[in-house]
Amino acid sequence: MTVLSREMKTSYAFIERNFYLTRRYWGWELAFLVYSVAGALSISLIGAQAGDSRLLLSLMIGAIFWNYLSVVFSWIAETIAVERWEGTLEYTMMAPIRRATQLLGSTAYAIVYGLVHTAVILVVLILFFPQLDLARANPVTAVAFVLLGSFSFVGIGMIAAILPLLYVERGAQMTFVLQSCLLLVSGVYYSISILPPWMQVLSHISPATYVLDGVRRGLIDGVPITNLFGDVWPLLVMGVTLIPLGIWAFGRAERYAKRTGKLKRVG
Amino acid sequence: MTTAFSPQQNQAKPGTPPAALVVDHATKRFVVADKRRPVVAIDDVSMRLERGEIYGILGSNGSGKSTLIRLICGLLTLDSGRVEIFGHDLVREELAVKRLINRVSVDAAFFKKLSPFENLSFAARLYGLEAGSARVAALKILGRLGISERRADRPIEQMSRGMQQKVAIARALLTSPSLLLLDEPTTGLDPRSKLDVQTFIEELRTDHDATIVLTTHDLAEADRLCDRISILNDGRKVVEATPTGLKLLVAERHDQPATLEAAFMTYTGRSLDDDHEPTEDANEPD
Ligand SMILES: Nc1ncnc2c1ncn2[C@@H]1O[C@H](COP(=O)(O)OP(=O)(O)O)[C@@H](O)[C@H]1O
Ligand SMILES: [Mg+2]
Repeated sequence: MTVLSREMKTSYAFIERNFYLTRRYWGWELAFLVYSVAGALSISLIGAQAGDSRLLLSLMIGAIFWNYLSVVFSWIAETIAVERWEGTLEYTMMAPIRRATQLLGSTAYAIVYGLVHTAVILVVLILFFPQLDLARANPVTAVAFVLLGSFSFVGIGMIAAILPLLYVERGAQMTFVLQSCLLLVSGVYYSISILPPWMQVLSHISPATYVLDGVRRGLIDGVPITNLFGDVWPLLVMGVTLIPLGIWAFGRAERYAKRTGKLKRVG
Repeated sequence: MTTAFSPQQNQAKPGTPPAALVVDHATKRFVVADKRRPVVAIDDVSMRLERGEIYGILGSNGSGKSTLIRLICGLLTLDSGRVEIFGHDLVREELAVKRLINRVSVDAAFFKKLSPFENLSFAARLYGLEAGSARVAALKILGRLGISERRADRPIEQMSRGMQQKVAIARALLTSPSLLLLDEPTTGLDPRSKLDVQTFIEELRTDHDATIVLTTHDLAEADRLCDRISILNDGRKVVEATPTGLKLLVAERHDQPATLEAAFMTYTGRSLDDDHEPTEDANEPD
């Protein structure tokens, strides 16, 4: 218990530091938020133009919930890349902390940031489309899928975070490409059934596919989560396996980097 | 005077306190893609530091100084050999060792947009310190180094390199390390900042009971600060002695002027160093 509470306290180092970074880069944060709001709005307007309220809602859900998942993913996946960029990586790796603690801190900040960021988009969209009919919506289902999906995205984020440890030059770029692929295959704005079969294989291993499907059924058709087992179990399995896998892989990547001198070479 | 080439006494005698640092036959190779043979950055280096010592490491660029420091603080893993810090094995007791050490490198690495305080607060929390008391301690150290509270809340990128290096030293001291690794802490500083940092290093030993490893290219600095000096050449420790001992050695054995500069030239010069082959040609098993 004392070990656990000490690690929780230490993990706050990353929450506070990320908060400081957000605060210091507030201009960029604002610009990014405006860009995200505008993106979500323009995609939703496609539905409004078609005069199809179901399409409108479906696109809105895609924009909002993908925003949340991708923001959480980036904050975690960039844990290492940011420090490599700033040059502080060696100092953090030298500190007497467990990698799990570091990842816990990054994850907590990612989720809080993701929720705040997404809430702003949600509010703007609701104000912009007052005609939305959410009478049938089942918010419990939506919240449950966001929670469940967070676990798997945290896991994937951790695995993506090690790329900059393994590949000094290209790691951060690979992380970005991975995120783009998730966007493409997860049916964020369309049904995955229109994708070529080989892409659908990828759709089925992306947790975002299940999150978005679950949220859509909950909010558009009012389906309770108890009837959505087909979307729940893949997320459960991925959440339970990907997080430990991420922590384990992180440790392995760290050892590899220390053996081959990938943390830093100059200075 | 410590005799040069003295055999390493790495085994602590029973009853004596553990050495601050024991490096025992450390070797580290790097596989560099465009070269067939690995670069032997550290080649069978051993050393032993007693508590309270300031130990200097000299050597040309690329001689392995930074690699040795990184091996000691666990940023690189050893290919073979062993490192022990105050009796704790670096590999087996990683967290315990990490609490005892800190390092300042030649480039003051910070979150550049964050202020010194924000950076120091992060460092303090990583080492389990309370943010409040860390701020007080940081203020004291920064004040001692000539950085006022007013400066400490502005982005660090607005500070001069000398200032940044002082903040880097403050970051390391904040965690009260028993073993402090200073990798060229004064390289690139103006004369006044350099002097400030040197004076501060001297104070550290007396006031903070720290054991210090210092790498430098400034021979006068090494002479002034170090109790003992070793010279690395192509990853090998070629000599180890007190500053005075080193000067005598180079005068007596090599018929050179009794200066550290002569010692440096003698022990790092390839022509004079004919019993050592360049590292790339070392016959390493692949
Ligand atoms: N991370 C690394 N990857 C590959 N080679 C490295 C790495 N770090 C150091 N080296 C090589 O090891 C040798 C020693 O380097 P270094 O320890 O930085 O020397 P110094 O600090 O004395 O200038 C050099 O040949 C350098 O190129
Ligand atoms: Mg160096």
